[in-house]
Amino acid sequence: MKLITAVIKPHKVDEVKDALRAVGVKGITITEVKGFGRQGGHTETYRGAEYTIEFTPKIKLEVVVDDGTADSVVETIQVTASTGQIGDGKIWVGPVEGLVRIRTGEQGKDAL
Amino acid sequence: MKRRLLFIGTGAVIATGLLAAPAMAQDGSSVDALQATLDNIWILIAAVLVIFMQAGFALVEAGLTRAKSVANIMMKNLMDFSAGVLAFAFTGFAIAFGAGNDFFGTEGWFLNANHFSEGYFGTLSLPTFFIFQVAFAATAATIVSGAMAERTKFKSYFVYSFALTALIYPIVVHWLWGGGWLAKLGTPMIDFAGSTIVHSVGGWAALAGAIVLGPRIGKYDKDGKPRAIPGHSIPFAIVGVFILFIGWFGFNPGSELAADSAVPAIALTTLLAGAAGGVAATITVWLKTGVPDVAMAGNGVLAGLVGITAGTANVSNLGAFIIGALAGVLVVYSVFFIDRRGVDDPVGAISVHGVCGAFGTLMVGLFATETGLFYGGGLSQLWSQFVGVVAVFIFVTAAAGALFYGIKATIGLRVPPEEEIEGLDVVEHGAPGYGPDTTALA
Repeated sequence: MKLITAVIKPHKVDEVKDALRAVGVKGITITEVKGFGRQGGHTETYRGAEYTIEFTPKIKLEVVVDDGTADSVVETIQVTASTGQIGDGKIWVGPVEGLVRIRTGEQGKDAL
Repeated sequence: MKRRLLFIGTGAVIATGLLAAPAMAQDGSSVDALQATLDNIWILIAAVLVIFMQAGFALVEAGLTRAKSVANIMMKNLMDFSAGVLAFAFTGFAIAFGAGNDFFGTEGWFLNANHFSEGYFGTLSLPTFFIFQVAFAATAATIVSGAMAERTKFKSYFVYSFALTALIYPIVVHWLWGGGWLAKLGTPMIDFAGSTIVHSVGGWAALAGAIVLGPRIGKYDKDGKPRAIPGHSIPFAIVGVFILFIGWFGFNPGSELAADSAVPAIALTTLLAGAAGGVAATITVWLKTGVPDVAMAGNGVLAGLVGITAGTANVSNLGAFIIGALAGVLVVYSVFFIDRRGVDDPVGAISVHGVCGAFGTLMVGLFATETGLFYGGGLSQLWSQFVGVVAVFIFVTAAAGALFYGIKATIGLRVPPEEEIEGLDVVEHGAPGYGPDTTALA
């Protein structure tokens, strides 16, 4: 099993969620985060003094999937979350050693 | 013994006061002087209550819209008031109350005290009357900011707001409160505190603005079905409703323009209608959607208050209850109707102020105890109400529509899509409304 983590632009969440459902993903966790990549920051003023906004609000999405579906899920996220503008985000994939469904106690692939 | 001493003591104080009063009296009558002072003080207090409603509007609008544009909505509300005061002082007040013709005033620019001389407003001095009236003007202006929230360029909104308070609103005021043509109808139109003159003016300008702007990105799906875009703070919204309710005790009873025995009864009809509106809207939305929606309940209270504002001094308590309750039902249906027609009104301003303002004004034609249809007055009062409602609707939608189209064609009205998606606060005003301290991180 794989843990797929994606940091995307907040307004893309609904689209990505719908696209993931369509490829069979049954559960998603999101966190509100701030971040920057090569996007860099920009300067703003507040009460006449300048400051830099570097960390921009993003949404971090996490899904645990079967090894076989990992690639298609990554591609789905990348295609749906892309706007073509800087700041679109990144996706990374890592291994999952154990998975349990709390309600029933099912383990491993049965818990997906 | 103690009671009697208290009586004698109080009598002595009053007698001394009355003896001293002629020194201040202008027409030689001490009671008249006292009454004039009372009138001015009461109306000033009422004016401050109405100004407090600006805080209420700011909270309601912020609560019902998204956090990423909260600084922008606060600024629009702040400027509606600040720029509105200036616009009304420069030209609006003169157009509204200055001598002129049946449609607008032409004298008294910049609060000219020579024109608005002593006695022009009865016992009320120019400062008192102006402050009271400018609070109403600012109310009309700030109604629109909610309907145009989250997607309007700030500079464009500023231009509209100034123009509404400087020109459009004052013209409507002149038609009735300034002694214009609606006051001269065979059966004069009754709009005691401004269901039409203030609330509908704001509501119809909001309609024009929302239509010219177009809906927010994401409001309608590809089939044109409306999606909910929930606001970010129900507590703000409801505290805002309470502040508006409290402020309305200046709005309606203050419109008596005197400290007299009619004032408490006006306060009571106001209270009953607001309460009835809240309960009726709650029941209606509960039946229609299965849940007692909090935001809609808030809109219902406001609908009841807007609805009674025209007839607050002319209808009975039962009439006030009925009008408020019907307004509460109406606002729910109106919000659904307008939403489904493709007009995106994030806070329900068009329904609460435009639709319920017109409704409340028409109801005076039925429920006014002296001239209403239900009291044997025939149809003439109802007809006058109808004439006023329709005339104001046509004038305001046309004038505001022209204004918004003009702004759209010149400096632009709507923000670019990327800005709308990111939120207006940083791009329009340089800092997020929430958390500039965490964003700066230094």
